[in-house]
Amino acid sequence: MLKDITIGQFFPGNSVLHRMDARFKIIITALFIAMLFSANTIIGLLPGILFMALCYALSKIPFRLMLKSLKPIIPIILFTSLLNIFFLDGVVLLRVGFVRITYDGILFTVMMILRIAALIAGSSLLTYTSSPISLTDAVESLLSPLKKLRFPVHELSMMMSIALRFIPTLIEETDKIMSAQKARGADMESGGLLHRAKALVPILIPLFVSAFSRAMELALAMECRCYQGGEGRTRLKVLHSKGADYIGLTIAMLFLDATVLVDLLL
Amino acid sequence: MENIIEIKDVNFRYHNSDEEDLGVNVLEHINLNIKKGEFVAILGHNGSGKSTLAKLCNAILTPSSGVVLSYGFDTSDEQNLFDIRKKIGMVFQNPDNQLVATVVEEDVAFGLENIGVPTDEMRKRVDEALRAVDMYEYREHAPHKLSGGQKQRVAIAGIIAMKPECIVLDEPTAMLDPRGRNEVMNTIRMLNRDYGITIVLITHYMEEAAEADRIIVIDGGAVMLDGKPEDVFSQVALLKSVGLDVPQVTDLMYCLKEQGFPADTHIISEEAAFDLLYRLLL
Ligand SMILES: Nc1ncnc2c1ncn2[C@@H]1O[C@H](COP(=O)(O)OP(=O)(O)OP(=O)(O)O)[C@@H](O)[C@H]1O
Ligand SMILES: [Mg+2]
Repeated sequence: MLKDITIGQFFPGNSVLHRMDARFKIIITALFIAMLFSANTIIGLLPGILFMALCYALSKIPFRLMLKSLKPIIPIILFTSLLNIFFLDGVVLLRVGFVRITYDGILFTVMMILRIAALIAGSSLLTYTSSPISLTDAVESLLSPLKKLRFPVHELSMMMSIALRFIPTLIEETDKIMSAQKARGADMESGGLLHRAKALVPILIPLFVSAFSRAMELALAMECRCYQGGEGRTRLKVLHSKGADYIGLTIAMLFLDATVLVDLLL
Repeated sequence: MENIIEIKDVNFRYHNSDEEDLGVNVLEHINLNIKKGEFVAILGHNGSGKSTLAKLCNAILTPSSGVVLSYGFDTSDEQNLFDIRKKIGMVFQNPDNQLVATVVEEDVAFGLENIGVPTDEMRKRVDEALRAVDMYEYREHAPHKLSGGQKQRVAIAGIIAMKPECIVLDEPTAMLDPRGRNEVMNTIRMLNRDYGITIVLITHYMEEAAEADRIIVIDGGAVMLDGKPEDVFSQVALLKSVGLDVPQVTDLMYCLKEQGFPADTHIISEEAAFDLLYRLLL
């Protein structure tokens, strides 16, 4: 059950996007988010969505995966769109009793759905096409100016990569603990919210205990392998920016310009 | 032969988090020398102090009294820490908890990155190490998708990439199935034979210990037996009295001898046992 989560997963491949420098991919993702949020109309969202479609086409990631990445957010989308449709003021289209649906409400809701869906699908592409290591390296490299302010950049990226390394291990462990507790008669599927929250306690406590003992052992193993922080460290894979990265960045900027223009003109 | 680890009259006791002495010596009056190129197995029941002894060798722990010299460096001196750890690698029981990176080759590179090996040289050493443990095809895999034996071999590759002269393995096969155990034991044997790396193997499996050049039995924090596998295992009654087993063939010889047959408890291999049984039956 826990294994179905696709957000944050990496799908190895050899497309243009896979080969791009992760630093550029992060910046381009930020530009993409800017596209989505600077748009004020549905048409203004089009350049951003077009850009995302282009990226998906280039990445050769199957369409079905994009849909899968959207699945977990369906409840959120449904909930907020219901609220918006019924409670926004504007030109009334339909009135049943005290419930009314407005033109503005519908427009706003459609925009919001498009925006959230594009946001999730588009930013998932970043992790789909970049290995976790290249991402943490990219974050370290992008944040490196902060080192001068004594911000622990290396430590942060090390923590991120260890977290990524242990997510599958801990998920597996959670599954095991859940089965073990079920075998002891724990009931996790029925009852109200409070009851189910309580049923989580006997899962979380062993999970934490084991996570701590894993952490101790890992720290010991790291020490044995001469780990001494970021100072004087070299890397197996060094990030290199290429022509394609700059072209990608330029294209993303053009799309952002297009978004702003469309909004200004309409 | 030259001694690479010298343990001289070492006592060790743990401290709790407030630096308070726990009052019991976990290790008592240990005197041991490990020679270059040796394959040493350490046996002892749970809590006898094997892991503690291992951690003393590469300065994870320092003796409460006495001296540990690893490659001539005093482990109590902080300045020697990295010199010692570059020469003595350590592999632990749980393969999951010693892999740091999300990709096999990045994990093998971890130690090299720490000691600042240049990228080109690192690439070469990582590939070499992965080939040595026969995991080269898996270099781009995620560690959590490997079998236990494969994970443990990746952990060993991470250590041998640093070109250590000695590897201490603390129950590296305890969490593995028979197949994984075989893979890891073959790797260990190969490192000792072909690369001349000194091996200190802590284990609960007597069959694994029987392959060593020398066995040290620890009981209650002290060295109880130290010698060739044949000699150590021939002390069947003594070993059983401290809760340890002997290899099955030795046990068989012991039973035969007790029944009055002319069997020899120095036998630790199946072939030798077969020969002897064959002669007895003729
Ligand atoms: N961090 C610690 N703090 C306090 N006591 C400890 C600590 N680690 C181990 N001990 C104690 O020291 C003794 C020896 O432990 P050690 O781990 O060396 O045994 P071992 O021979 O490796 O056992 P096993 O076969 O279970 O691995 C045990 O009695 C144990 O309870
Ligand atoms: Mg132990």
